[in-house]
Amino acid sequence: MIQKFDTIEKEALEALEKEQNNDIPQIYVGCATCGNATGAQSVVQTIKNKLKKEDFKAEIKEVGCIGMCFAEVLVDVIKPGQPRVSYHGVTPEIAEEIVESYVINDDHRPDLALGYFGEGGPEDVERIDAGDVFKNQQRVILKNCGVIDPENINEYIARGGYRGLAEALEMKQEDIIGVLKDSGLRGRGGAGFPAGRKWESCLKPQADQKYVICNADEGDPGAFMDRSVLEGDPHSVIEGMIIAGYTIGSSKGYFYVRAEYPLAIKRLRRAIAQAKEKNLLGENILGTGFNFELEIFQGAGAFVCGESTALVMSIEGNRGWPKPLPRPRTTEEGLWGKPTLLNNVKTFSVVPQILSKGAEWFRGIGTEGSPGTAVFALTGKINRSGLIEVPMGIELDKIIHEIGGGILDDRKFKAVQTGGPSGGCLPEDKLHLSVDFDTLLEAGSMMGSGGMVVIDETTCMVDVARYFLDFTFEESCGQCVPCRQGTQQMLEVLNDICEGRGREGDIEHLLELGDAIIKGSICGLGQTAPNPVLSTIQYFQDEYEAHIKDHTCPALVCKNLIVYHIDEEKCTACGRCRKACPVEAISGEKKVPHKIDQELCTKCGICFQECPERFSAVERLTGKENLAAAARGRLTDV
Amino acid sequence: MQEQTSKALSNFEGKPNEVIPMLQAVQDETGYLPEEAIRDIADLIGIPESKVYGTATFYSQFYFSPRGKHSIKVCLGTACHVRGGMQVMDALERELGIKAGETTADFKFNLERVNCVGSCALAPVVMVGDNVFGRLVPKQAKEVLEKSDPEV
Repeated sequence: MIQKFDTIEKEALEALEKEQNNDIPQIYVGCATCGNATGAQSVVQTIKNKLKKEDFKAEIKEVGCIGMCFAEVLVDVIKPGQPRVSYHGVTPEIAEEIVESYVINDDHRPDLALGYFGEGGPEDVERIDAGDVFKNQQRVILKNCGVIDPENINEYIARGGYRGLAEALEMKQEDIIGVLKDSGLRGRGGAGFPAGRKWESCLKPQADQKYVICNADEGDPGAFMDRSVLEGDPHSVIEGMIIAGYTIGSSKGYFYVRAEYPLAIKRLRRAIAQAKEKNLLGENILGTGFNFELEIFQGAGAFVCGESTALVMSIEGNRGWPKPLPRPRTTEEGLWGKPTLLNNVKTFSVVPQILSKGAEWFRGIGTEGSPGTAVFALTGKINRSGLIEVPMGIELDKIIHEIGGGILDDRKFKAVQTGGPSGGCLPEDKLHLSVDFDTLLEAGSMMGSGGMVVIDETTCMVDVARYFLDFTFEESCGQCVPCRQGTQQMLEVLNDICEGRGREGDIEHLLELGDAIIKGSICGLGQTAPNPVLSTIQYFQDEYEAHIKDHTCPALVCKNLIVYHIDEEKCTACGRCRKACPVEAISGEKKVPHKIDQELCTKCGICFQECPERFSAVERLTGKENLAAAARGRLTDV
Repeated sequence: MQEQTSKALSNFEGKPNEVIPMLQAVQDETGYLPEEAIRDIADLIGIPESKVYGTATFYSQFYFSPRGKHSIKVCLGTACHVRGGMQVMDALERELGIKAGETTADFKFNLERVNCVGSCALAPVVMVGDNVFGRLVPKQAKEVLEKSDPEV
C-alpha cells in the first residue's frame, strides 16, 4: 500500500503545483481564532479588493496560528525568489499599503515589517527565526501551524503528511506500540502517562468493537493550544487517530471538541471529508481492508468532561459524571463498555511524525524522562503572548524572558502558573527549573496541557488562588462530597481572607482541607483542585498572612482591603476623576482638591486610571489603619 | 416555537446518546431551551423529562429562558483575570443594571462570563456577537455597548 500512497502523494503534489502558481507573490494571512478576533477577515477582504482593483495576481492563503499572538494581525508575503517577509499589527489600511509597496512594487516597508524568515532577507529588518522568539523554539507539533492552508489536504501531504499512516499500515500492531514505547512519548493532556503503554493496554482486550477518542475538550481557562492545532493542522490529528485505530483494532473514532471552538470544528469537518475522498479514512483504507470512521461530538460546556470517564458518559448522552471508584480503566471498559483509547490532541498529532522519523529522532529531543517538545499558550503579564513550542528541559526563565520578551511595562516578575486549575504557581527562585513532567510536579506545579500564565507584582496571589478555586467549585460535578463540599469550604475561607475576614488558623485550615480533598475525591478534578491554593501557600505564605493579620493586600487588588484616596498635595483639581466617576462619589470644584466619599465609592478603579500619570494624585491604600480611617471618613488623618 | 423545535429534531433517530446533540440543535434554532423542547426530546427518546432536564442543566452551554439580542461575553480566563477582566465585568454590570448571567428587561443584551476566548494577547477581552473588544479598561464599558447597539 506504500505504492498506493506514493500515487496519492504524487497526485497531491501535482494538484498543488497546478493550484499554486509560485511565480507570483504568495500572501499568508493568520486566520486562526486569535487572528480573526483581531480583524484578519477584513484584512483578507481588503487585500482581495486591492489586488482586483490593481489587476495584480497574487495567491492569498488563510493559514492557522504561527503563535505570535502579540503581533496579530499577521500578514506574510513571499515573492518569487525572496524570503518570507512578515508584517505585524496589520489593519485594512496597512494591508493596502503592503500590497501597494511590496506585493506590487519592491519596497519591503521596514517600517511595517516585523522581520523575515530564512536567509537572504533585507538588512534593515530582523531575521525572525534567528531572533529571541524562535531561536529557542523547536516546532514539531506546530510545524505546519501558520505555514500550510489547513483546508487543503494536498499541502499537508506535501509536507510529509499521511506517510506515517502508510508506513504504519505495513507494520504489525505490536511493532507500532514498540516504536511508541521506544520513543518515550508521554500523553500531552497533562498527566504525562506513557502513550505506548496506554495503546498496549487497549490492544490486549478482545472485543467486537473498540473506540478511539481524541480529547479536544480543552478546559483550562487560559489555554488554547489544542484549538490552535485543530485549526492550523487538523490532518495531523486525524492521521494520528487513524493510526491509533489500526493499532488497537478499532473502526470508530470520536473527536470530543469544545462547542466554543466553531472554527476548529469547521476545519475538522472539512479535513475529515478530504481524507475520506483520498481513501485515507473510511472503508478499505489504502486498499488494506482496514476501515475507520471519524465522528465529531461537540461538548456542551463542562470542565469535568476532560476527565476520561466523564467524557465517555457525555458522549453516551448523560451528565458528565466521572464513574465512581473502583472503576475499570477506560482502556478496558470505556465508551459503551468497550475498550477505548483516549488521548489528547497533541499526542495524536505527533504520532505520525514519530512513525515516519523514528523513535530515535523523538528521543533526541527533550529530556530522558520527558522526550519531545512542549506546547504552551504563553499569556498574562508578558510582552509577547502567544503559542510556543519548546524542547522539554528548557528553563522556565528562557521561556519568560527570551521567548516572551519579559514582563509587561517593565514590572517585576512574581510567579508563573502552569497546569491551569490543576496546577500551581512557581516563584522567581524556581525559574531555573527545567520544563518537564517530573520537575514541575516535584516543585508543586504541573506540566498540564499547556497553559502558562505569567504573573507580576500587581497580581495578588491569594486572589489568583481564589480565582482557580472559584472555577473548580463551579465546575465540580457534585457527585463526591470531598470535591463538592471541600472546594466550597476552601472557597469560603479564601473569600474571607480576600475580603478582610481572615482569621488566625485559616492557612492551616486550607492545608487540611486541601489534603482531604486530594485524598478523598474520585476523579482528577477534585484530586488536583487544591493545587493552586497549596502552591501559593507554599511560596507566597507572606501574602496570605498580610491579608489575614494586617488586612493588607500587597498587590493592591482585593477590593475590600483597599481604599481609593486623592492626595490633596498632588491633586490639581482638573476634574477628570470627578467627571468619570460612575457613582458621583468624587466632590470638588475648580482649584479645590478633589475628595472621594468613601461611603459612595464602589472601588471600580476608574478614577485611578483617569488621573493623568504626571499627577498620580489618586492612590490606593491598604492595611488596617487606612481601612479604619476611611471608614471613619478621616483618611487624610493617616 | 413548536415548529422550530420540530424542525431542529427532524434529523434525529431518537437514540439515547443523541440527547446532547438534540439539545444543541434546538438551542441553535430557538436561542434557548423552551420547556416543550425538553418534553419533545424526552418523548422522542422515550426517557423521563427529568433525565433530559438533568442532563441539560449539567452543561453550561444551555439556557432555559430567552436571551438578549446581543450576547455580551466577558472573558474571565486566567490571562483576562490577571489583566483586570473582573473590573470590566463590574463596569458592564453597572452600565446595564444586571448581573452576569442575566438579560436586560428590554431583551437587548445578556451578559455572561466565559472562559478563554483565545485572544489572550488582547486581554482583557469582551466579545459581543463576533466583535472582539480587546485591552479594555472599565470606563470603556459604555463605548462597548454603544458600538454594539446603535440605540443605546
